[in-house]
Amino acid sequence: MSEGIQYTLDSIAFGSLFAVMAIGLALLFNVMGLMNFAYGELIMAGAYTMYYTRGSGWLGMIAMTVIVVTALSLLMELVAFRPLRNASPITLLVSSFAVSYSLQAVGWMTVGKGPQKGVEPYPWLTRQLDVSGVLVSRLTIITVITTIVLLAAMTLLLKRTTLGIQLRASTEDFRMAQLVGVKANWVISAAFAITGLLGSAVALLYVLRSGSVSPDIGLGPLLVAFVGGVIGGLGSLAGAALGGFVLGAIINALQATLPITLKSHTQLFAFLAVIAILVFQPGGLVALRGGFLRRFSRRRRPADEGVEA
Amino acid sequence: MHYGRIAAVQSLSLEVNEGELVGLVGHNGAGKSTTLWTITGVLRPSAGDITFRGQSIAGLSPDAILRQGISLVPENRRIFGRLTVGENLSIGTSARKDRKEAEADIRRMCERFPVLGTFLDRAGSKLSGGEQQQLAIARALLARPKLLLLDEPTLGLAPLIVDQVFEILAELKQEGVTMLLVEQNAVRTIEVADRTYVMRSGGRIDFQGTAQELAGMVDFAAAYIGMARG
Repeated sequence: MSEGIQYTLDSIAFGSLFAVMAIGLALLFNVMGLMNFAYGELIMAGAYTMYYTRGSGWLGMIAMTVIVVTALSLLMELVAFRPLRNASPITLLVSSFAVSYSLQAVGWMTVGKGPQKGVEPYPWLTRQLDVSGVLVSRLTIITVITTIVLLAAMTLLLKRTTLGIQLRASTEDFRMAQLVGVKANWVISAAFAITGLLGSAVALLYVLRSGSVSPDIGLGPLLVAFVGGVIGGLGSLAGAALGGFVLGAIINALQATLPITLKSHTQLFAFLAVIAILVFQPGGLVALRGGFLRRFSRRRRPADEGVEA
Repeated sequence: MHYGRIAAVQSLSLEVNEGELVGLVGHNGAGKSTTLWTITGVLRPSAGDITFRGQSIAGLSPDAILRQGISLVPENRRIFGRLTVGENLSIGTSARKDRKEAEADIRRMCERFPVLGTFLDRAGSKLSGGEQQQLAIARALLARPKLLLLDEPTLGLAPLIVDQVFEILAELKQEGVTMLLVEQNAVRTIEVADRTYVMRSGGRIDFQGTAQELAGMVDFAAAYIGMARG
């Protein structure tokens, strides 16, 4: 019984990491039609920043990780995506692959060289607390609390601030938002900055959990967040968060409960569950305004925007 | 104006003077909306120029053109359905720096269009077509435009609501708002407008003039007014 609760709590913590990551993906996807596969490399940048600043105290490490990842996210927008502002989603997608592979290659050539690196978890983070027979690590509790705080902050930002209203309007109809005076550069940079902030939180919590650091560290989380976002419905931030959470939690639960001989096939079972979800709910768990595929096929050319047929 | 190699609007010459309500009517596909998209900066003209208050605005971004004082009420209203009515109004003031005055303008807009004041917290998508049109006009007016562009504001609305929209336009005209009204409803447009341009395919202007002048043109009456009444 207590073991079951333990697994559940751990799955919630693991799932919530991907909820945060999926929100970052969905935000960019909705604002500018970009499916940013270079998101994984933000995790990589965060992981190596943690590795190199691990000696400067946990506060310094957190601050540097947040700064580096957010700056890299903004730089990505400026260098790789701003010049392609009016390009089709497919072009943006290919560009994001290029950014992803380039950054990974740079990672392998520089910080990734040599022996396997890692960030030793702080002992007080991994120490398990005994809550009426249920053993919970502090990291699990911190992960869940951080996620709740981030989701609440995102909700407040989106609902209560001018920037939030502009972001929501842009996710719904980017061109119309510009036509009522929302500055495209400002709102897109803000979306990348938010994505960077969320990515840095994911990097911190994910690396503290896994310990090891490598240039391809972001690939796994990216896949889970992306597929999770799709099953949740990338058209809505809440849907993407829910999907990321569900898939992350499923993977963690499978890892904990599958017999040893099947453990290496965790992803197989997780993605079978994805297919099952999509068969019954093709628009995503939160089917708002069309699923991922329909949204993805939509071009943001003026010719599609009600100009005379 | 070209879409790829297809010339959608060519050799168009159109002028709106301060305080005027100018109509632009024509058949489906004539290039009316393309003209508005080009003025607002969504499309770039492949040749020619667009000047506003003596300055060229061709090639500027849509938000920069709005800041110059040109605001659009788009076809199909395109209000933000997931935002509340209040948020839709508030985003209409995005280009303004005078926050307090903008807030006061939002309150005034709610008095002018009482339905918006009543449903301030309701999602935009939950409004009826006529209510959405009022919201779209209010949102555009909140930018305090020097020129208001309206793209088929009565499209898809019930006849009674169409009357309401034309009443609003007549009121705005009384208040001195400069407007360029694109419409398929030629008769109503000519009635309310100071001058009307009649466009045919490719953006060429067939006729232009006041209601009286147009009524006197035999070809025009047969081609447009007769058809519109039929």
